[in-house]
This record gives sequence, structure tokens and C-alpha cells, in this order.
Amino acid sequence: MTTFVATPTEAVADVEDGATVMIGGFGTAGQPVELIEALVDCGAGDLTVVNNNAGNGDRGLALLIKEGRVRKIICSFPRQVDSQHFDSRYRAGEIELELVAQGNLAERIRAAGAGIGAFFTPTGVGTPLAEGKEVREIDGRRYVLELPLRADVALVSAYAVDDYGNLVFRKTARNFGPIMAAAATTSIVQVRERRTPIDPEHVVTPGIYVDRVVVVGHPLVPSVGAGQ
Amino acid sequence: MSAREPLGPDDLAATVARDIPAGSFVNLGIGLPTQVANFLDPDAGVVLHTENGMLGMGRVAHGDEIDPDLINAGKIPVTERPGASYFHHADSFAMMRGGHLDICVLGAYQVSMRGDLANWHTNRPDAIPAVGGAMDLAIGARETFVMMSLLTRDGRPKVLPRCTMPLTGVECVSRIYSDRAVLLVEPDGLAVRETFGTTVAELRSLLDVPLVDRTGEGG
Repeated sequence: MTTFVATPTEAVADVEDGATVMIGGFGTAGQPVELIEALVDCGAGDLTVVNNNAGNGDRGLALLIKEGRVRKIICSFPRQVDSQHFDSRYRAGEIELELVAQGNLAERIRAAGAGIGAFFTPTGVGTPLAEGKEVREIDGRRYVLELPLRADVALVSAYAVDDYGNLVFRKTARNFGPIMAAAATTSIVQVRERRTPIDPEHVVTPGIYVDRVVVVGHPLVPSVGAGQ
Repeated sequence: MSAREPLGPDDLAATVARDIPAGSFVNLGIGLPTQVANFLDPDAGVVLHTENGMLGMGRVAHGDEIDPDLINAGKIPVTERPGASYFHHADSFAMMRGGHLDICVLGAYQVSMRGDLANWHTNRPDAIPAVGGAMDLAIGARETFVMMSLLTRDGRPKVLPRCTMPLTGVECVSRIYSDRAVLLVEPDGLAVRETFGTTVAELRSLLDVPLVDRTGEGG
């Protein structure tokens, strides 16, 4: 059942030290900046964060990293033109990095939400990212075994929610949102607007995956930066 | 075709674009491959995929068109074409890994004579590793084209018997579009389809790999 809360601070107040936190977004598109910055304010630390990147500029995930709250990050593309806060903590040995190929990252998250125990994927076979993992030949092709990726909490940004927690997203800001909402014990979603009804045929993420929602209006989106 | 000089980036992009059949579903990698879009015939119905969750990607957005919710895999604001669709990341990579994309065009540091690709990690000790979607793209599309210069800036070949940098994918490249030649990766080795400002004999002296001549120009 979906609960509506009044502020981002209230939405993330029970995130504990040491939690694994999935954070939606691809770069800044779909990054739940209000929820992340509320998490900075609430003081939780020693976090393991799952995101495609490792922060952009000075807001949102970059701020969480800058403030030293992230012990480990699981991502596909940490190095970007504006990932300076991650870069300096990584070079100082202050943050652990688990690098995952982007499609394997998405499928590991999806598998966790779908109750899949593990899966064989062709991505990464014969590369350093498959070292130490089981490789099996199936119908003449080699595949590597990858495990699901679960989280205690997911922070997601969606476009709109109805009274039943059903979500719609907007353009490429959808990215990891739907699969992260399903893969976390508690999914926390910020939306631009609450409107009922949403046509059932248009629902992207059904309310069964949505635990807590806060309406933030037009979100703080850091400016779009060129480069990866 | 045999050009008098090595191809510049635009001519190379145009050469790749000419080889993309009408109606194909295509992913263009970050960097040089992105330029291929500028040379596709708008009426050919080629549909561009971007791995952050979109089919039917249009050109780069300018001015008032810029929408922070609509970016490509290089995080550049783009536009949508008629018939565009959006989907989440797991669907986007399932589409790729599942063999539904016809062609993927990628940049490369090195390609081996059997089509192994190295394009994500230079092995420099101070480099922060980042892989993104490269490994999924390399093995996912039905055909993977590489677009690169044939030689490094200091003149060393990027087509090698074996890659010395960490691999992105094994035996995944089907064609190499370089500034000096188009090379086809065939079951028994590399074949030269065309040369630009060089000859097959010169290529054989530059590269430490056997080359079959399919230019139709002898030699």
C-alpha cells in the first residue's frame, strides 16, 4: 500500500546507517535530487549506493558522495566530466567501486525484483568483469553467471502518481526507476504531480511496487552537462 | 572505391552511413560513431536506439528544444522522431542483448584479427575504470561495426593479432571502418574491402596480420 508523505525529509527519515540504497537516474535525467539531499540532511552514512553513474556536479548524488556518506558505489560509468567529488574520494581510497556492465547492472536489478536467483548473460564473457565468475556454454555460446542486486531502499523520480501509487515517467528520465522500485524492500518516489485518474493502460510502474510518495512539484534538475 | 588520401572524420562517418540498410535499427556509440547520424538519409527510415531507454532518437536539441528529461547515452540533449518510444533500462538492454538491433557502431582502442574488441580501459594505472554499456553493445547487436583511426597518434597499429588492452567483447566485431581502409572480419581472417590513400601492400607492411585483398584492384 502506498503512503503519501508531505516532505522529502519525512520520506527518507528511516533510512539507516549501512543501508544499500538504489538511486534512479542516468546522469541527471531522472535523478531524485530532493530525496537524495534530504538523505544528506538526515545524516545516514556508511551507505552502499547503486546508480548508473557516480554523481554529476555538486548536487544530488554528487553531494552525498562529497559529504562522505557513501562507503561503496555499484555502477557502470563513474568517470564523467563532472564527477569530481567521486574522483577525488576514489583516488584517496575513501570509496569502494564495484564496476558492472550497464546491461548486467539493469538485469541484476530486474532479477532481484522478479525473484530470479541468478542468470547467465553473454555480456562480459572473456573480459576482466567476468573474472572469478562461473562461465557456462549453452547452445554453443558462452555465458557468465550474474547474481541479483537487491536494496533496502530505492529512491526514484517519476513524473506523476495517482491515488493508488501507480506511476508514469517522462521520456528518458524513466531509465532505472521502474526496476529499482521493484528491487528494494522500501521504494520511495518523488513525483512532479499527483493526478487521478491515470489511464490504467498508461501505468508504467503499478502501485504494488511503490511504498512511499512525496510530491515535489517541478524538481531541481541540475543543468544537463555534455559528456558522458 | 579508392580515395587519394586517408578519410577525415566526416567522410568516414559518411562511409559507415552508406552501409546501413534502409529500415535498420541502429545504436551509435558515444564519440566518433555519433557523427554517422548526420549522414543517414532521413527518408531511409533508420531507427536510432539509445541505451538509456529510447527508440526513434532524433538530432541534438538546441535552444528551447533542450529538455533535461530527454538525453542520449552521452548525456547530450536530443529530440524525438515520429514513432519514438521510451522504455526502462532492463528492457533497453534486453532489446540489445536479445539480437533485435541490426547494427551497433562503436569506437575502439584496439581490434584483433578475429574481431575481439578493446574500447573501455586503457590499462593506465591512474585511470578510473568505466565501462557503461560498451560490453552489452559489443555483443548484442547482430553486427558490430568499429569506427577508428587505423594507427595510434604515435603510429602504432590498432588492428593487432591479439588485443593487449582489456577486452570489451570476444569475436564480436564484423567490420572495421578506419581512415585508411574498410576491413571485414571473416571466419578465416581479415579482408580488405576498400582502401583510402593507401594500398593493400602498404597495409600489409603497417599491420602485423594476414590480409586478404577483396578490393578488386589486384595486388
